[in-house]
Amino acid sequence: MVKKKKVVRKKGKKAVKELSIQFLPYSEIRLLDSDERIKKILNVVLGNQILFLQGRLKPLEESRLIGDTMAMIGHVKDFKGIELAVIGGNGTSGFFNKMKKGFVNALSGGDLGAVTIIGPASVVKDIKRNPKKIELLLNK
Amino acid sequence: MVIKIFKNFFQRIFFSIFKNKKDIRLGFYGPPNAGKTSLANRICKDFTGEEIGSVSKIPHETRNVQFKEKVEISYKGKSMTFKMVDTPGISTKIDYEDFLKYRVKKKEAKNRAKEATQGIIESIKWLDDMDMVVIVLDSSQNPYNQVNITIIGNLAARNIPVLIVANKTDLKKSDVKKIEAAFPDYETIGLSAKKGNNLEEFYESIFKLTKKIK
Repeated sequence: MVKKKKVVRKKGKKAVKELSIQFLPYSEIRLLDSDERIKKILNVVLGNQILFLQGRLKPLEESRLIGDTMAMIGHVKDFKGIELAVIGGNGTSGFFNKMKKGFVNALSGGDLGAVTIIGPASVVKDIKRNPKKIELLLNK
Repeated sequence: MVIKIFKNFFQRIFFSIFKNKKDIRLGFYGPPNAGKTSLANRICKDFTGEEIGSVSKIPHETRNVQFKEKVEISYKGKSMTFKMVDTPGISTKIDYEDFLKYRVKKKEAKNRAKEATQGIIESIKWLDDMDMVVIVLDSSQNPYNQVNITIIGNLAARNIPVLIVANKTDLKKSDVKKIEAAFPDYETIGLSAKKGNNLEEFYESIFKLTKKIK
């Protein structure tokens, strides 16, 4: 597991906030079942870190992540939920793209061309995305 | 032995007749404040004279799954009966402080937030029980939201037919083409549930979508 730490500085001021980003390669979750994957992800988020996950979760895991997140709001102090975005990937449009995606995913075990960004809502205010760019807006 | 075979045969026919007569479960899914209840209300009012739930400018007004049974939609001489299922808006975060901006009292805001989280869990659970789903999106908002993608991905994984509604076309910022571009694999209908614009095309698409139910 690679762990990166980045210090965010504002103009004319000293370091105001420490932002911690954790990168999780797909190999770290490949052999885990859905329960363990979600638990691992939520542990990172609860540690107030932003997670960059190589690949993406299955749709059912994504909805499960949202459900588990909701179940924790109100039970974990100051936890307000998560911000979630997936960038890149093999694409889903068109018959041949779908075939290609299925074939590549079967070989690699996941959509490794994608990156999933998950951050605690108390740290990440919003993740704005369109087909060409992604913006990570942080809370003050 | 012969009697048993006949019994099984008639049982199968009996069940298949009643299975076909079962109402089609039509779910309304989407992010908060996209107009799911407004659209469901419009349909229910048109065909039953009654509404399904209350609407508000405050997000997460719908915090429980709401139903309307036996809604018979008639369009161009055809008629089909649906069970309308209006679900709470799905989001990845809930902060009670967001409700305070709408002059909701702190205690009420906290309660609303708690109910909203439970409503989202309930919405997700109901995904398994839908025959077809209308995803309602606010056409004045950016559609590239992971919640929208997650809902659609879940429905695709379950082989549930989907129609996308680009709601609020009465707003100046409305951009139906942007929603079409975001989800090119699905049919998108632009309409205004509030004003009742373009509902004819919506009903036609709903009838077409019923053919895709597996």
